[in-house]
Amino acid sequence: MKTGAGQSINFRDNARRAIENPTLRRAMRNATESFRQKRSDAIVGMPFQQWREQASELRRTVIGDINGYVDEFAVNATKRGAIVHRVKTAGDARDLIGAILKDNGAKNIVKSKSMVTEEIHLNKHLESLGLRVIETDLGEYIIQIAGETPSHIIVPAIHKSREQIGRLFCEKLSCDFSDDPTVLTNTARGILRQEFLTADAAISGANCYIADTGSVVLFTNEGNGRMVTTLPPLHIVVTSIEKALPSIENLPLLMRLLPRSATGQTLTSYLSIITGARMPGAATGAKQLHIVLLDNGRSEIARGPYREILKCIKCGACMNVCPVYGMIGGHAYDSTYPGPMGVILSTLLNGIENAHPLLDATTLCGACAEACPVKVPLLKLLYELREMRVEKGYNKTVESLGMAGFGVAAKNARIFQAGQTSARALWSLAGFLSPLTVNRLPKPTDRTFRRRFS
Amino acid sequence: MRVQLFATCLVDTFFPETGEAVVKLLRHYGVDVSYPKEQTCCGKPPNSAGYRKEARKAAEHFISVFDGTDPIVIPSGSCASMVKNHYPDLFKDAPKMFRKAEAVARRTFEFSQFLVHVLKAHESGFPNGCGKITYHASCQLTRELGVRTEPIDLLNSIKGAQFVPMKNADRCCGFGGVFMGKMPEISMALADDKVDSVLETKVDTVTGCDHGCLMNIIDATKRRGGGFEVKHLAVVLAEAL
Repeated sequence: MKTGAGQSINFRDNARRAIENPTLRRAMRNATESFRQKRSDAIVGMPFQQWREQASELRRTVIGDINGYVDEFAVNATKRGAIVHRVKTAGDARDLIGAILKDNGAKNIVKSKSMVTEEIHLNKHLESLGLRVIETDLGEYIIQIAGETPSHIIVPAIHKSREQIGRLFCEKLSCDFSDDPTVLTNTARGILRQEFLTADAAISGANCYIADTGSVVLFTNEGNGRMVTTLPPLHIVVTSIEKALPSIENLPLLMRLLPRSATGQTLTSYLSIITGARMPGAATGAKQLHIVLLDNGRSEIARGPYREILKCIKCGACMNVCPVYGMIGGHAYDSTYPGPMGVILSTLLNGIENAHPLLDATTLCGACAEACPVKVPLLKLLYELREMRVEKGYNKTVESLGMAGFGVAAKNARIFQAGQTSARALWSLAGFLSPLTVNRLPKPTDRTFRRRFS
Repeated sequence: MRVQLFATCLVDTFFPETGEAVVKLLRHYGVDVSYPKEQTCCGKPPNSAGYRKEARKAAEHFISVFDGTDPIVIPSGSCASMVKNHYPDLFKDAPKMFRKAEAVARRTFEFSQFLVHVLKAHESGFPNGCGKITYHASCQLTRELGVRTEPIDLLNSIKGAQFVPMKNADRCCGFGGVFMGKMPEISMALADDKVDSVLETKVDTVTGCDHGCLMNIIDATKRRGGGFEVKHLAVVLAEAL
């Protein structure tokens, strides 16, 4: 069997470390339980299944013709004074964004939350060009000063307790220790306010872009998104090609589904619809608006059998309900996108040769598929990618031998019984070789049901 | 009425008394139970691990062994879902086998499903229960088969016993078939959480319809020093007859 071309992810060791960390486990449990509760409260009495059907159809339409929607968007956004860039790879995106900033002489950059910029490792690149990049979403800011990566796509610092954040602020921001969220938020707010006022460029993500109006849309809760997209003279939106909505008329559906699924809010706190650059005579908005639409393998995914993962609206509901994610948090996945959608997307974006261990990060319980607001068939995709792993040979030799033996025994009851008898005979040995598996099972009986039935 | 019983590997190998409880119950309702002796495994483990070819071998064998028109009863949500949902998918490119798989899928019932929908056992109820019982809703049973209320209706029909719902009843116990072997640390931690949910209810017994989960819960219960019994729903109901 093959081992990865590169270094493949050591998911089990990562998971073990997470499980041995009581602070992380408590933080994960509290946060995911609270999100699950809020989500189910927020959909009570709502025609949620009907919305899901509509959203699923809508997103299926989009991923059936991504390039068509990119084209339409580019025409309409350009008409409103935006500059639209389509980029193929992460490297192309980094180079382009670096060049735009350099050309404009930008030095201080404020960012609002964007997972696509995490995917392309943008901050590191910009810092290597000598630029100063500040994350302004509170969770992202915490992660940035801690020198970490987000462990959830919506709640980047979900794995941290407030005590940890208090100590981090105390150490990095030279303030007095507090674990009071209000005090901590005010500390960050004071610092970030100065950053907004002095920044010469902004980078944001987008929750969707609208083809028929040429708009990009941001759902935020802290107001930082609004500051970032209106104050600095230069604004670069970085998003990925599949995030289209055909029409502005589709937006209300997303406004109902996304906040409820993500954080259990019935409405997002801030909704920014940015249509083009600042118009002559207008008081706010970026004078120069660049919109970077990243492909990075998505066109190929859209042509293949796993395309439905691109319906994903990045709400994080699948993470909040996933028992595995809820136990270990996002860092164990060692990839930009964790949890059920992350396992699938990482396998497809990063290649099975690197990501195949992540396919074990699921019990196939199906809670993710049930929660998904756009009906991505997450469970089906997890089954199918495990099949792909076997087809491509990224499974373990001992496992495929065992399965081949199973194939023989499954066809013949006598061989099957012989298997049961030898399992019983070799039970202690098996327990010695694999204590965490075998010793958790009872010893096989010598009077099987087959023998007892009369 | 006649049914064919598929006992499942786990019942056959580890929990034969659950199989006997199923037979006792079915016979109580006048059902003639046959046990096709050539039966082996439904193919769930290779299917979940991505070994489609090996899963297909098990499915072909099952389909040939469980011939005829009688209902097939399976005391496991995950094995029943394998037959009902995954068999047709395994043969989606082979029209002849696909039709056979669909026919077998239609005849297949998970145990509690059969008791409620065919035998209406919850209507007549069970006379001799005792103690407090909680219920773990296993994943494939709940989310692949859509069997959510049937086991609870049966538990509520036991006279003398009290059903106490647990928190996060339909959250995965961490068994996950091959998962319990590949990711034992996560599997055990999830089973510990499940035991916490059971302990909160202060019951005498936790029950469920899948021995995979129950095995994982038994192990976690031992680690945690006990406190309640773990029994398949068939055993709970047979004891209350």
